[in-house]
Amino acid sequence: MGLLWASLRRDRGGQVLLVLLLAAIILVPLLNLAVPAGAPGHLSAYTVALLGKYLCFALLAVSVDLVWGYCGILTLGHGAFFALGGYAMGMHLMRQIGDRGVYGHPVLPDFMVFLDWESLPWFWHGFDLFPFAMLMVLAAPGLLALVFGFFAFRSRVNGVYLSIITQALTFALMLAFFRNEMGFGGNNGLTDFKDLLGFDLQSEAMRVSLFVASALALALGFLASRYLTVTRFGQVLNAVRDAEGRTRFLGYRVENYQLFVWVFSAMLAGVAGALYVPQVGIINPNEFSPLNSIEMVVWVAVGGRATLYGAALGALLVNYAKTFLTSAAPEAWLFFLGGLFVVVTLFLPQGLVGLLRRSRA
Amino acid sequence: MKLPTPLRPFTERDRVFDALVPPAQRVRRQTRHGTILHVEDVTVSFDGFKALDALTLYIYEGELRCIIGPNGAGKTTMMDVITAKTRPDAGQVFFGDGIDLLRLSEPEVAQVGVGRKFQKPTVFEQQSVWDNLVLALHSDKRVWASVWFRLAPAQREQIEQVLETIGLVAERSRLAGELSHGQKQWLEIGMLLLQQPALLLVDEPVAGMSGHEMEQTAELLTALAGERSVVVVEHDMEFVRSIARRVTVLHQGAVLAEGSMAEVQQDPRVIEVYLGA
Repeated sequence: MGLLWASLRRDRGGQVLLVLLLAAIILVPLLNLAVPAGAPGHLSAYTVALLGKYLCFALLAVSVDLVWGYCGILTLGHGAFFALGGYAMGMHLMRQIGDRGVYGHPVLPDFMVFLDWESLPWFWHGFDLFPFAMLMVLAAPGLLALVFGFFAFRSRVNGVYLSIITQALTFALMLAFFRNEMGFGGNNGLTDFKDLLGFDLQSEAMRVSLFVASALALALGFLASRYLTVTRFGQVLNAVRDAEGRTRFLGYRVENYQLFVWVFSAMLAGVAGALYVPQVGIINPNEFSPLNSIEMVVWVAVGGRATLYGAALGALLVNYAKTFLTSAAPEAWLFFLGGLFVVVTLFLPQGLVGLLRRSRA
Repeated sequence: MKLPTPLRPFTERDRVFDALVPPAQRVRRQTRHGTILHVEDVTVSFDGFKALDALTLYIYEGELRCIIGPNGAGKTTMMDVITAKTRPDAGQVFFGDGIDLLRLSEPEVAQVGVGRKFQKPTVFEQQSVWDNLVLALHSDKRVWASVWFRLAPAQREQIEQVLETIGLVAERSRLAGELSHGQKQWLEIGMLLLQQPALLLVDEPVAGMSGHEMEQTAELLTALAGERSVVVVEHDMEFVRSIARRVTVLHQGAVLAEGSMAEVQQDPRVIEVYLGA
């Protein structure tokens, strides 16, 4: 604990992030619930959900930064872990619908009735229980990361080869989840959610609660990641990034360090996905799309690698720009994203955080 | 019936597999006959080219041994084999009292007590001098231990001492990447010291050093031997002459001559190899 405090005292950007999150946790509920609709300063439920979504992306960006910025693993497949966390939450929400679906079947979700399935597939059992679903939010991405990472790191796959197979991983999962017989709703995914823990998902109070939960998750995820980076564990990650061979000759089993941070990061991404799904109301295989995973890397690059708070900042800014641009000039968005990556790579290798640091020095 | 080679060890009845021996036992370092490293009949070939050709070499406890030889004599390959970076096609490498280095991975070799300094100084440039030393410190280096690692006062003391020895006290909080070439070499030697190896492999320690730095390095290496064994691979004859008691000359992957510097220099075969008859 002492170590974490000492490092936070030096981490100006981290302090700002935590203070902003605290302010948001207090102000957003107030502006939404206490200020009457129509009055100046009122935040609509739509805006609250939008902000909550951004926070989920920020947590996802922190998880990407942890493996890329600190350990040098350029992941192009983190969307897979995000989506798996989201699907675990989505399955719970589907089971919560009960007999209120279009077909009114007491157990089977609508899409299974539509496909003429007689009974629930085995892997859908247990998801009606909230604690089990939450466990799966961590376990599903964690397990995938463990198996994938075990083979990849043990065989010393790294650099661009690792990036390519992470991309292939998420692409393969996307194709698999598109298929109806996989039992995850095919290309429609899971949607039409009604409530969570007995509370209506459309209610203002629920939206605000989900927002607060996302802010808390981001704060805790940031603190846990910050702690990891300032311990000797974090030092070893840096060492692996900068001189992997040397680290081995110091007596560190590099593959175990990579595997640990990889699984931890995948679980963080899973939590982000689980909080994202009830706020947007749908999860479908598009979340696995390789493009999404590349976008995450852009967020981190824009914000600034190996800073954690920079990743969160990058996610917020780029997603705000995305929301703005996709409504103002939809066809321009992809050009903007590509241009952004080029500009950041060429002129801002340290991202916006690096720009701030330079202007101060 | 003849078993395929990988299965043969399973038929030896007195064989105890390493995985079954508790780690503490594996690390014991008593040496029989005062030999700390046995390299026997080691052959390594790359695409038909024999980098090491049945190399046999013994390093004794506490000695400072210099290994010289023209380019391509197999010096670096020999170090690679000892530190598990390269697996030989044939031969045996034992460390201390029966630790088979060929069965260990690079981190395990480091943990049983073999330290290696590379030709090009490799330090962690993005971290401070102090942090570089903390990383090297002899301790439990498993993941979970690293997550909860705290520097004990005794360990802090140890690092301070090493800082003193390598003359980088004033540079402790500078990034290692900002150090001069010579200072990086010294930092790397400091890191090796904190690993507390019983055997130090040093590849060209004075490459790119000034005359004064070279003298200091010579002093340091001489001081290190005794407590531990030091093997120095070096090109610089002047330097070798200043530190060596016993010199091994490698040529085409095998030992050409061994003895004191004076003996070796008079050996006609060595003269031929070096001066080209």
